Parts: sequence; C-alpha cells; structure tokens
Amino acid sequence: MAGKTISETILSAKSKSDARAGDIVVAALDLTYSHDGNRPLAMDLLTSMGTDKVWDPARYILFLDHHPSPNALSAAAHTKLRDFAIQQGVRLYEMGDGISHVILPERGHIAPGDLVIGSDSHSCTGGALAAFTTGVGSTDMAAAMATGQLWMRVPETILVRCSGVLPGGVAAKDLALAIAGRIGADGANYMAIEFAGSTIEALSMDGRFTLTNLAIEMGAKAGLIGTDAVTEAWLDGRLTRPWAHVAADADAVYARIVDIDASTLTPRIALPHNVDNVVAIEDLPRTRVHQVVIGTCNAARESDLAEAARILKGKRIAPGVRLIVTPSSRDTMVASMQSGVLATLVQAGAVIATPGCSGCAGGCHFAVPDVGENVLSTANRNFKGRLGNAESFIYLASPATAAASALTGWITDPREEFRA
Amino acid sequence: MNIAGRAHCFGDDINTDYIIASKYKTASLDPRDLARHLMEDIDPGFGQRVRPGDILVAGKNFGCGSSREGAPLVIKAAGIGVVVAPSFARIFFRNAINIGLPVFICDTAGISTGDDLEFDLEAGTGRNRSTGALIEAAPLPRVMINIVRDGGLAAHIRKHKTFQVA
Repeated sequence: MAGKTISETILSAKSKSDARAGDIVVAALDLTYSHDGNRPLAMDLLTSMGTDKVWDPARYILFLDHHPSPNALSAAAHTKLRDFAIQQGVRLYEMGDGISHVILPERGHIAPGDLVIGSDSHSCTGGALAAFTTGVGSTDMAAAMATGQLWMRVPETILVRCSGVLPGGVAAKDLALAIAGRIGADGANYMAIEFAGSTIEALSMDGRFTLTNLAIEMGAKAGLIGTDAVTEAWLDGRLTRPWAHVAADADAVYARIVDIDASTLTPRIALPHNVDNVVAIEDLPRTRVHQVVIGTCNAARESDLAEAARILKGKRIAPGVRLIVTPSSRDTMVASMQSGVLATLVQAGAVIATPGCSGCAGGCHFAVPDVGENVLSTANRNFKGRLGNAESFIYLASPATAAASALTGWITDPREEFRA
Repeated sequence: MNIAGRAHCFGDDINTDYIIASKYKTASLDPRDLARHLMEDIDPGFGQRVRPGDILVAGKNFGCGSSREGAPLVIKAAGIGVVVAPSFARIFFRNAINIGLPVFICDTAGISTGDDLEFDLEAGTGRNRSTGALIEAAPLPRVMINIVRDGGLAAHIRKHKTFQVA
C-alpha cells in the first residue's frame, strides 16, 4: 500500500479509517470557529439541526474581526455573538483582538495533526502548522456545531516543491503569488496543496502562513506544510498541549508535482481583478498608486510590518498617497509598538487601523477607494469591488513592494530599496 | 425534479464578491432584499432583469472566493431554478446543496444567453430546446444526493443525527 499525504494521514486518524484520496469520510473535528462577517450566522441555524447546544463549547470559538468599525446592523450582530458566547460558554475574541486565522495559531488553539473548520474561506491558513484546516459555509458549520463532525471528500494533493534561496527583497508573498499564477484560480479545486522543499524549510512561520493562506485562491481545500524545527520553535510557549510532528510519507501519491525555482524569483504583482493574474514586477508598465494597504490575514504579521518599516524608516510617503496599516492581531500590534515599528510607520505617514479585517473587504467600510483609483495591497483578494468600489483597481503584492510603492506613488520594485 | 427556463450566461471564475458584493453584507440580512444586487458589479441591472425560473449558466470554477452562504441564498432568492457550470468552487458547491439551490455540473460551452433549457435533476440529464443539444451531468456523491433528498442539510441532520454517506 502506498504511503499517505498529510491530508490522508490526518483524515485517516480523524475518521478512524484508512482514508485515501477520493474517499468520502465522516470525520471528528478538533476545533470549529466562526466570525461576525457572513450571513446567515451559523448560530442562527443551530436550532434547525435539532439542538440548541454546541456539542463541545471548548471546541467552538467566536471572533469579532470582520466589522471592526460596525454600523448599526453589524453592532447588533456583535451583541448577538457576545450573548451566544455567554449562553453557550464558548470563547469569544473581541473587536480589536485581530483576525481569526492569525489569532488561532498565535494563541495556541491549533496543534499539528488537528482537523479544524472555520466558516471563512481563508480558514486554510492554519495548514502551515500541518493541521488540516478548511473553510465551510454556515449550514455546514451549524451541522458541525451540533454533531462535532463533518463529511469530507479526502482530497487529492498537489505537491509544490520549492528549492533555492529567495533573493533579497523577494518575500514569501512573491513566492505565493508566483505559485498562484502557475496553478491558477481553480487549478487545485477540491484538492489540497502541500508546500515543501528547501525554500519552505528556510521560511519563517510568518512566511509559511502567507503561503497557506493563499491556497484557497487556487481553489484548494487545504494548504499544508509538514512540521520541522521552525514549527517546533514557534509553537514553544504558544501551544500547551502535547503534539507530535506531522509529515507526508516519502512514498505518498500526488496528483501533480509543481517545481518552483525560488532562487531566480523576482517580486510579483497580481493585477486586477484576479489573484492568478500574476506578472513579474519588471514586466509591469509604470502604474500609479493612490492607496497602499499593509493588512489582512495574508501578510500583516510582525515580520511583514517590520519589513515595511525597514524600507520606510526616516522617510515620508509620497504626497497624495494614503498608507493604511492594519496589524493582523493585537499581539502583532503590541510587538510592533514595542519594537518601534509602528512609530516608524506612523512617522512615515501611515494610518494605523484596528487589528482585524480593516482594509480587506468592503463590508468593513474602511479604506474604500474612489472611482478610478489604484490600490496596492498585501491582501489575498483583488476581486472587482472587493474594497467597496467596483470602479477601482486592486493590485496585490508583498509588504516590501507595498512600502516601496508608498514612498514613490508608483508600483515600485523593492529590490531598489533593498540595495540602497 | 424538472426545471425549465431561460439561460443567462456568465464567464469563468465568477466569485462570491461578484454574486453579491461584500459591501452589502452589512446593508441587509434578508436575501430577498439583496437579490436585486445579484451580479451587480459585473452586470449592473441583472438583479432587476432576472425572472423566477431563469437559469444561471457559467464557466468553470463558479462561486470561488468567500465561504459566504449569502451567495447561493441570494441566487435562490432571485428565483434562479438551477445553476449550471462545468465546475464549481468547493465551498460554494457544498453551500448550494446544503441550502437547497440545485446545481448541475456539465459542459456549458454550447449554451447562449436566451436559450431555452430544461433539466431533469434526478436523472442528471438536460436539453437545450433552442439548439436541440442534449446535456449530461456529472454524478453527485451519494452523501449529497441524500442531503438533497432530505430537503437540505438541516433536515438531513435532524433525521439522521449524523451524515449518511452510504
């Protein structure tokens, strides 16, 4: 019998069966979570499942991250989530605590080998810890809250093998965009992606989360990275329960193998209005930037903000450009305050937004661009209208490219800054 | 279950933001209110033009993007009888089945806006009455057929207390 991928390994354990790609299994969930953004709310559907109790209150967590500047309707939803948390005895992270996908690993809620679902498409982010984490809709979530289970099709896996050292000024985000460009918006639909190779081994956990977060933009159900010494060091002091390393078997069967040479990579830009519409920065015509966003669950962790600050230190952003920085979590914000990174960014002209989804989706009513404006963002989505104005244009890039572009007012290759 | 109606064609990779823009997520909670904004950012006025029983036809990877169940709910609230596409994004596909919006996986290259289509969802067959072409659907997994037969996931869980995969 052939070996197993990370997905097959985890779903076998959670379904107590020999799960192979293509099998349909019913699996036991380690953790489930929802936020304030999507309607209907899963909690409103719980009673339709024939129960009014979450199966295990310790295994459901709520987040108020999607509406950090609520209007009356979202304020009412917040009250509802807070009341539900008290009534059910489940944990709730408040407005300003940050984004669910960032907080969960940061605060030790996800262990390698876990099976986790969130009612948000970017729930794939936690896969950087070799946990099978995936997004579902509200009805699936309500069924999971009632039963502690979910049916799943065991996915085939695409192995993305990255080798070589990333050149200076080229970040995990550039690698992620390059992979999205290669695989395409639906190239991994119904499948999982495993990221491996020497480039991945050399990446920090911040960079790994940037990669796995983008898996859904290729259609993937999960984006996974096997555990190693980097994982272990990062989990030390965060994860208090015992855990074991998780890796794919050497003879695991993959649907496809994609090889990426990271040593020759240059900064990448996703052009409007699709994430897989990716070009090398040197091939981009001169493009004006009106607003720069460093935020979202893709690339606004401590090292991302620090990289932007390194480029912006002692300088001032170009006249007529807005720079919006949304630390991805309260912990990120505090660390960036203590290190002086936030002061550097504010002195350079940045507006600091509430940790959470500010500056990502139009539902936040924040950082909405004007008609005809170009936005350069470290986000994971550039769909038309994403920021609340269908007549604007969103480009995606790394934190370094974002910072360099804020300085000039044009989409700018950060390697020029890197050399300086 | 038989469905017949007029085709409205869209392209590849229609994402959930296009189906219903995220700026409306805080505007209303009622899918019937939101139905008039269906596809607004890529086809202004579509939400007003669409008629109950119409059929939404698209290219590959329909429903990619967010996990918001509002996307299939708003399509259903607009009166769309079935969404037809060669492939669906995973989360949208599950959501549509769970809330009772019929989906039909088939080649859509030969279908044009205004074509008169009919589908037998149980049999997985259909016909383009405007061109005479026969249409055949990819089969659904057993668990999804069970959910559809029970009338959606909530009814399925109330009945079985778990998922019936066989």
